[in-house]
Amino acid sequence: MATFNVQVTIENKPGISDPEGETILNDLVLRGKYESVSKIKSAKMLRFTIKENSKESAQLKVQEICDDVRIYNPLVSKVSIDVFDA
Amino acid sequence: MKVGVVVFPGSNCDRDMFHVLTDVFHLDAQYYWHDKGLPENIDAVILPGGFSYGDRLRAGVIAAHSPVIKDVQKMSEKGIPILGVCNGFQILVESGLLPGVLLKNDSLNFMCEWTDLVVENNKTPFTNQFELNQKIPIPIANGEGKYFADDETLKSLQKNNQIVFRYSDVVNGSSNRIAGVCNEDGNVVGMMPHPERAVESEINPVDNKPSSLIFESLLEKMGVKN
Repeated sequence: MATFNVQVTIENKPGISDPEGETILNDLVLRGKYESVSKIKSAKMLRFTIKENSKESAQLKVQEICDDVRIYNPLVSKVSIDVFDA
Repeated sequence: MKVGVVVFPGSNCDRDMFHVLTDVFHLDAQYYWHDKGLPENIDAVILPGGFSYGDRLRAGVIAAHSPVIKDVQKMSEKGIPILGVCNGFQILVESGLLPGVLLKNDSLNFMCEWTDLVVENNKTPFTNQFELNQKIPIPIANGEGKYFADDETLKSLQKNNQIVFRYSDVVNGSSNRIAGVCNEDGNVVGMMPHPERAVESEINPVDNKPSSLIFESLLEKMGVKN
């Protein structure tokens, strides 16, 4: 068993509006004249610390948890999971 | 007739609801803590507003995993009237008892203001005393009150007459201005506005009668004469 840090990013699916990201883009970043920026998406990040046999099993376990207890609402959001050695 | 008011950690409209049920409509109401089950002899269940678990992760999602929700589910299958108000509505959608989801308002602000609802379905246990298209002046108080459902769900809601209330104006970006929906059987109703803050003339600057009909509908459904 090894310990892993697993980063879970929850963001809206494409097509679901993200007024927070739009406000940060339009009213902060573009107002600062960083005109090369075309999009900002807001997201929520959770970091799990978990003991598992491998990176792969850590990834699968965290995905299972996210689906089971509805860490994200699949109607409107998706999660991406990145595993790091602790 | 016994009405259960479910209390979660962070509920804050439970006492307002209890007051209206008991002092205004003279019903036998009882608080039930979320960690315990509901008794069999309850005739209606209300999930009140508030900020269960501080809206952590997402409004309603943690409370949707509370032990009491299993009993609420069973009661919904038996056809018992269940009303979720504001956070109660959020809990009902997160527990899968009602379709759709509630997202942050388009303004990203906590919105606390009076709105006008339009009654779209007057067959539910909470709307049977209304005329169709009747207006209800009623306050909202939420940050995550924008109802969202995908196109397919919206079509089925319309087809099955599950849209119970709409805002008469665009308020927060809700799909099709939806403010409240019911399940297919019509016994589970969720709404973002707060009827318990609108049924007394002392605190309703417009007209308290329409909101009162939400509770009078429940009395009618249960055959209670006040």
